[in-house]
Amino acid sequence: MAIEEMYTRLITEHSRDKRNRREMPEATHSHRGVNPSCGDEITLRLREEDGVIKDAAFTGSGCAISQASASMMADLLTGRTAEDAKRLAELFLGMIRGDVTDEAQLEELEEAISLRGVAKMPARVKCAVLPWHTLQESLK
Amino acid sequence: MSLKHLFPALERGGVHYLDSAATSMRPESVLRAMDDYYRYDSANPHRGLYDMSQRSTAAYDGSRSVVAKFIGALPEETIFVRNTSEALNLIAYCFAPSVLGEGDNVVIPITEHHSNIVTWQYVCKKQLAELRYLYIDRETGAIPDGEFSKIDGRTKIVAFAHVTNVLGSVNPVEKLVAAAKKVGAATVCDIAQSVPHMPVDVRALGVDFAAFSAHKMYGPMGIGALYGRLELLEAMPPFMYGGDMIEDVREQETDFAPLPSKFEAGTQNCGGAVGFAAAVKFIEEVGYGAIAANEAALLRKLTEGLRKIPGVTIACDAGAYERHAAVSFLVDGVHPHDVSTILNDSDIAVRAGKHCAHPLLDYLEIPFRSTTRASLGVYSDADDIDALLEALPKVRRIMGYGD
Ligand SMILES: Cc1ncc(COP(=O)(O)O)c(C=O)c1O
Repeated sequence: MAIEEMYTRLITEHSRDKRNRREMPEATHSHRGVNPSCGDEITLRLREEDGVIKDAAFTGSGCAISQASASMMADLLTGRTAEDAKRLAELFLGMIRGDVTDEAQLEELEEAISLRGVAKMPARVKCAVLPWHTLQESLK
Repeated sequence: MSLKHLFPALERGGVHYLDSAATSMRPESVLRAMDDYYRYDSANPHRGLYDMSQRSTAAYDGSRSVVAKFIGALPEETIFVRNTSEALNLIAYCFAPSVLGEGDNVVIPITEHHSNIVTWQYVCKKQLAELRYLYIDRETGAIPDGEFSKIDGRTKIVAFAHVTNVLGSVNPVEKLVAAAKKVGAATVCDIAQSVPHMPVDVRALGVDFAAFSAHKMYGPMGIGALYGRLELLEAMPPFMYGGDMIEDVREQETDFAPLPSKFEAGTQNCGGAVGFAAAVKFIEEVGYGAIAANEAALLRKLTEGLRKIPGVTIACDAGAYERHAAVSFLVDGVHPHDVSTILNDSDIAVRAGKHCAHPLLDYLEIPFRSTTRASLGVYSDADDIDALLEALPKVRRIMGYGD
């Protein structure tokens, strides 16, 4: 894979995007995830009402891959039920592990499908999955 | 002439290895020495009365003499440990408590590696002492004169790297030692990043303790050395207890072995010691003169090249310190981990991240709390630097910045 296929426009733009990068005073869930080995950290905030995620946002700092992954995930979560969100986290982790390769199934991840190339970059897997593990922890 | 052909990991090409400050590669001669030891001589030293054990003992003791002479110390003052971190721990556990009490302090520069920070945090908390930092000038990287007054009548230990690992800066050892001596404080010098690049004589430095790792100077991982002044080591209690470090054991009492065995409990890393000594011989054969000339020319090429690339800045580049074999830099708007991944695509190996120096990066307010560091070794050549300088301008473009 050429390096340009990893750092696509979509990913570099998401990594700098400010829409989902914010505090959320009315959050119902707030969870901090850290990769001790590289120091990436995000705090994921969700506002859940009647079992539905009405808003998702994050703060933190890290490499483009972790930050883009968080931004794409926040986009994907809004309007989903908590159950749905957990299922999507499993799907994303399956994609990165290389267990799920079916295009039609992965389409459901919307823009986050663009991170599938990370599966071939073992050194960066932990960056891509940090937001999704944090999501799983916050919905426990 | 490039020395890559002496290093199996580098001779077949495929990598521009610019991460020697993390660990250096090992030449054939070191690998051969260790292999020979394990193949033919590796009985347990100091125990058997038969020939092979004698050869093993000679290999181990002989290696110590080589390493001791290399830093200008006596064999009894040269303790084999696993690495720099363990050497510093030995000082923190076995020496520090005897001099450090409530209200006393330990002084270290802010530029230190975690192994020369966390150890002192531990012992200061335990002894109710204070850990004080000497701050550097953010632009120049030098320690301003005013900082030295922090070394005062309550200072018991001053610990510092000879060459720092993030900036590659040389600490003002002479001034630090003079300030410590004036108040009767002990000095600990972390020479892990200096021995690969310059001759080090612990007596000329005038320090009480020194610590270094074989793996950063072309030797194997898992072995390093602690130097301590004889009187100090003699007065210290053992670090680990067990076999080989004793003279006589009764049911309730033990007489400990004399130096250096007192600090070396259990079967030691003999193969590592043999490799360590072979690494010393390798450095001596190449010669520090040749090493320094090559590295200085490459460092100049590297720093001058980095300064010309748009969006790239060298950390603390105002140049008030002598720099050795390592440069930390920032690529505007790009996290160093992404820089490193993109450089890896051009087969360039650099270190990216926090370099075990969180307090320094926080103090310098470095974006992403991380830098990219390129560091040199005896095998580095102009090709490696060219590859880096050619690949770096691609980084911002790939990350979507239009320059
Ligand atoms: C200045 C300095 N001190 C200490 C260390 C720790 O060395 P080791 O990991 O071999 O204990 C390093 C290595 O990264 C270093 O650069």
